[in-house]
Order: sequence, then structure tokens, then C-alpha cells
Amino acid sequence: MKYLSEYRDADIAKSLIARIKARATRRWTLMEVCGGQTHTIVRQGLDELLEGAVEMIHGPGCPVCVTPLEQIDKALAIAARPEVIFTSFGDMLRVPGSDCDLQQVRARGGAVRVVYSPLDALALAQQHLDKEVVFFAVGFETTAPANAMAVWRARDLGVKNFSVLVSHVTVPPAITAILESSDNRVQGFLAAGHVCAVMGWEEYEPIATKHRVPIIVTGFEPVDILEGIWMAVDQLEAGRHEVMNQYVRSVRRQGTPPARALVAQVFELADRQWRGIGEIPMSGLRLREEFAEYDAERKFGVGGLKVTEPADCRAGDVLTGRIKPPQCAAFGTICTPERPLGAPMVSTEGACSAYYNLAKYRATDAAEATS
Amino acid sequence: MTKRPPVNPAQLSCPVPLEQSDRVQLGHGSGGKLSAQLVARHFLPHFENAALSQLGDASVVTVGGAELAVSTDSFVVHPVEFPGGNIGTLAVHGTLNDVAMMGARPVCLTAGFVLEEGLSLTLLDRVIDEMARAARAAGVPIVAGDTKVVDRGKADGLYINTTGIGVLDPTFRPAPARAEGGDAILVSGAIARHGMAIMAAREGLAFESAITSDTASLAPLVDALRPLGGDVHVLRDPTRGGVASTLNEIAVSSNVGIEIDETALPVPGDVRAACEMLGLDPLYVANEGVMVVFVAEAQAEAALRALRSHPVGADAVRIGRVVTAHPRIVALRTPLGGTRVVDLLPGDQLPRIC
Repeated sequence: MKYLSEYRDADIAKSLIARIKARATRRWTLMEVCGGQTHTIVRQGLDELLEGAVEMIHGPGCPVCVTPLEQIDKALAIAARPEVIFTSFGDMLRVPGSDCDLQQVRARGGAVRVVYSPLDALALAQQHLDKEVVFFAVGFETTAPANAMAVWRARDLGVKNFSVLVSHVTVPPAITAILESSDNRVQGFLAAGHVCAVMGWEEYEPIATKHRVPIIVTGFEPVDILEGIWMAVDQLEAGRHEVMNQYVRSVRRQGTPPARALVAQVFELADRQWRGIGEIPMSGLRLREEFAEYDAERKFGVGGLKVTEPADCRAGDVLTGRIKPPQCAAFGTICTPERPLGAPMVSTEGACSAYYNLAKYRATDAAEATS
Repeated sequence: MTKRPPVNPAQLSCPVPLEQSDRVQLGHGSGGKLSAQLVARHFLPHFENAALSQLGDASVVTVGGAELAVSTDSFVVHPVEFPGGNIGTLAVHGTLNDVAMMGARPVCLTAGFVLEEGLSLTLLDRVIDEMARAARAAGVPIVAGDTKVVDRGKADGLYINTTGIGVLDPTFRPAPARAEGGDAILVSGAIARHGMAIMAAREGLAFESAITSDTASLAPLVDALRPLGGDVHVLRDPTRGGVASTLNEIAVSSNVGIEIDETALPVPGDVRAACEMLGLDPLYVANEGVMVVFVAEAQAEAALRALRSHPVGADAVRIGRVVTAHPRIVALRTPLGGTRVVDLLPGDQLPRIC
């Protein structure tokens, strides 16, 4: 467990929390961009431990969360076809589309399989030449190289029964969109370490300079995140706004050039819809024209599918830090973890759900104290 | 029907609005919220009776003045063989353990087999051999059986159903509703081994060392605790849904709060590594040879000694306590002193992207 246990050391973490609290002369508002970081913050109760010194806003940095409804509906339409084996990472299976999800498609007889790598999906295509194997290529820049590799190898090997449904998004345009919104409260960012392991951090430097915010490339373990928060708070207190790298064991300034080259060879930038945010120009990846035969949207004719995002919950405002979950009228009334209206309530570690559980926990404590 | 936005992968599973499905899904068999809903909505209204409505691991039936514990369980594990055991070992241990968790002494088992046309007889012999060995080791005979064969493709090799009968002990009646404020919470050994052994075998994951299932009979551990009598309040074996689901059930049944310490949870290094790789939480992973014990604090050390006196309980540890605050909620203290709520999973645990 080298590189894990040292980053979970409770004593180091506690001393970092004490340092952050001692350094903060006011309450700073930071956003962690990546869902993996949100996961650690919620699981370890870091926001509770930093109360008063730092407010963490959970950003739009989880690929599942920001995947637009129309992409889910395209996935469902393709997965329901009898000649298709639809493959996906596990957590896409429960993402609700307009009227069902991939698990329900599977229960109705659709061939839906969880894979751990797009290359496994490609191998499946080679084993089942009578089937069309489709991989749901979701994610930020982190998963893009492996997905690009699968497409590139499919062409190299002449595999014709393999295609990808692409729903890739990129981080820097999202950070820019948040900073440029008139009601932005975010004063510093923890950038996603795994994204930067691929892409490096050069693209973040102009953003930090222009908007005068510190951006810290941060890892995913508790000590990583606390170090990232410490570096951001230290800069804010000193009036600095630089890009710094906390995740030195994995990230270099230029990222991983061969991976970047492969992504650029297979994908190109395109406008992309984000759940809860709307369209962000040049914030997504799509297959280049020379790989068009591996584009599942074209292969199955679902490219024209358009769905209007429902405006019945304020997930977008929560995801961009405009409001805290309890400020939403639906919170805890018509929207609960059992019957969620929006993404942040759907997952037990989404912002709304975390607040909901904590509120339940504190309410029972309070009731106990007064009884 | 309102349309619903997608979910946050910063977690292990995402509940879909549960009322949407008109068909059985895999999640209905996960031991989480969907399973509970299936039983409550589709079975209980039709089979209603006093014994069934106890909803325990086993039911209590009185026959000629003797109180018997009766439990039945079907085994559909894939792959049929895995490091540490096979479907036959599980079919014996799983049902024996359900009977033992009532404090009962198991006296006999029945076994029903559904075999798929084309199943290798050599494989069948290996399964039966392991079953017989497990039953002999537990000193519990298999007294009745049945076999059916279905067309190729209608079953996944073989399925086994076992029923176990035990005699209840009037001096030793642990039950899910008996947890009390102040109780110490123990586990009898390392958690999450069985689920990860199956997962690794199923996914063809090659780890440096094979993770072996913990499948074992817990009856000897129950016997070791017997002298503590009424101070042992709850025994449960956290199979489907793992330790987290079992603790949630007990918190609700007893209307108490539960607090566990993450640092105290015994998760072996290789199991933790496999969970990390697959993005799974060991708290929700199945066990087949571990039990959770709620015991009065005054007897906690004695209970630990009793468990550790047997090889199956050698690694028994204390993981938490029952509190009067936050009834019906399981809270976990993180190594840093933060707190999070450990909820029931809505359905199956799904691996995370990030």
C-alpha cells in the first residue's frame, strides 16, 4: 500500500487541519473539481472538520453527474437494440434517462455489461463478431487516453463491430464557466490530479492569472486534499494566485505527452452540453472525422436525438456553488434520496444527499439532547 | 413522471426512483432497499403468518412444545468454484449460520439441487464432496434431498437450496431487536473476503495472491459465546449487503443508534487493495464466515476471548458501540475524527469511474 497509507495518516491530517484553521483569518470558499475528491471529502467528513475556516463547494467534476440527459437517452436507445452488447463503467448503469436506466434495459433483455476498461470492450467485440459492441466513453481527460487507444486499436486491428458513444468533457472550460458567472463565490480551486496526470497544468495558468484565483493540482487521499486546501488558503491569505502542484508523485507540468498526443489524434474539441450548467463552448471531445465509423451515434442514427433538460430541480445551482442544498425548495420535501429529483440527491455522497443525511443525524442528536 | 437528471459517481451506487421499475432487476436480490421492498410488497401480503413476519435469519416454530429455528436459502453463486470453497460449501455454511445466529443448535439440513443439462459430473462430485465435508465438520447431517435437471441454458451450471433446522436454547436468545445503548459491537474476523474472492474470480482479476473466501460455519463461535447467556444481545452474519447493511437492520430493529470506528474495521490488505481498484466499499461487501456480535459492555472482553479461542474467530475485534443518540442511524467515525452516515444501499453496489 505504498503511497496510500502515508496519505491516510490521521496524525498528519489532524496537524494539517490545525494549520489551516490557524492560518485562515476568514472563511474561504474553495471548490474541489473532481468527483473522486468529493468522495473523499464526504467519506472522511473533511468539510465538518474544517468548519469555520474553509467552505468546500462540490464542483461539477464528476463525469456521470454532468452527462446530459440526451446522451443517456442515446445510450438507452442503443443498448435496447437486439444486435448490440452495450458496455459501460459500472456507475453509469443507474443513471436515469428520460424514462428508464441501463439496469432496466438489462432487465428487459438488453445485453448490458460492466467493464473496467474500454480495451475489455474491444476484446468483447473480437469474441462476438456477430454482435455490435458499443462502449459508453464517458469521463474527463482522465479516461480519454484509454478510450482513444481502444478506437485507435480497433482501426489498427480492422475490428468493424466496435464503436463508442462519446460523452467526454474537459475541466478548464468548466472552471472558466464557473468563474465567469456573475454570482460566482469560488475563491480557489483544487484541480483534479488524475486529469492533470494526463494533461499537465499549463492550461490552468492563464485562468489563475486572469481570474486571480489559486488553482492547486491535488490528489485524492485525505492528506492530499488537506495539503491542497492548505496551499490554497496560504496563497489566499498572502494575496497570491498561482497554479501549484500538490500531487507531485503523479503529475508533471506537461502531463503525459504520449497520452495527450493519442487523445489529440483521435478526438477533437467540440461544444458540449453539461447537466446543470448548459452548453459550454469547446468543453467536450468528439471523434475526429477519420474515426467516424467508430462513432456509435452515427452508426445507430441517434445523433439527432435532442432532449430538453427538465428545470424541476436546482442541481445546477448546487453544482456551481450558487446555493447550498437546503436553500432549494424541493430539498427534503419532494426531493429525498429515495425519490431524488436531481443528481446531487441521487447519490448518497452527492451534496444534497450528504446534507440530507447529516441533517437527519443532527436532528436526532438534537432531539435526544432536549428530551 | 418527472424526468430526472443523472447521478454523481462520487459514490458507489445511485438509486433510481424505486417506483419506476415494472420488472425484477438484479438489484432486487442485493439485500438492500430494493430487496426489502420486494419482500414487503410482493411476498408478505400473501404469505402472512406469525413465524414469517419475524423476518429474521431464521423463523421460530413451536412443534410439540419444542422451539425450533427454521431457515432456507438458495445458492446461485457464479463462478461455482472459487478460492476458499465452492457453491456446496456455501450452501451448508450459509444455512447453518442463519440457524446459529438465533442462538440455536443446528440439528439437520435438507438440500435441493437444480442441475443444468451438460454440467460436468466431475464438477458436481467436487461440489457434493465439499458439501459433505462441511456438513460432517459441523456435525449436521443432510437428511433429505431433491434433484431436478433443466435444459441447457436454463440454469447457470447448478443451483442449490438448503433448509436448516435447529433447536433453540431458552437461555441464549440473541435477536436483532435486543441491542441496547452501551453495547459493544464486535466482528469475529476480517471482513469483505468472500465478496472480493468471488469478484476477483468472476472478473478474472489477477492479484498477486488469490483472495480466499472466508466461508465457514459460525456454530462453534456461537457455542463459545453461550456461557455469556443473556448478555449477548444480537448475533448476525453479514452476508449480502455486508456489515453496513446488517448494522442498519439492527439499528432499525432495536431503535438504537450505532457508531463504528473506521480504523477498527478489520479489512485485510489484499482485500482493501482489490476494493480500491474496483471502487467498492468493503463495508458493503458480502461475508460468509463472519458474524457481528452485540454484547453488554461488561462482557465485551469475555466475548472477545471466547471468539478468539476458536480458529474461525481468531481475529475478532471490537468495531464500535451502541449509542442512544441518533436512533436508527449508523454513523462512522473516520480516522480524522469526522463523521459520516453509513446508509443502506438502494440496490447493487456498482464500481465507480472516479
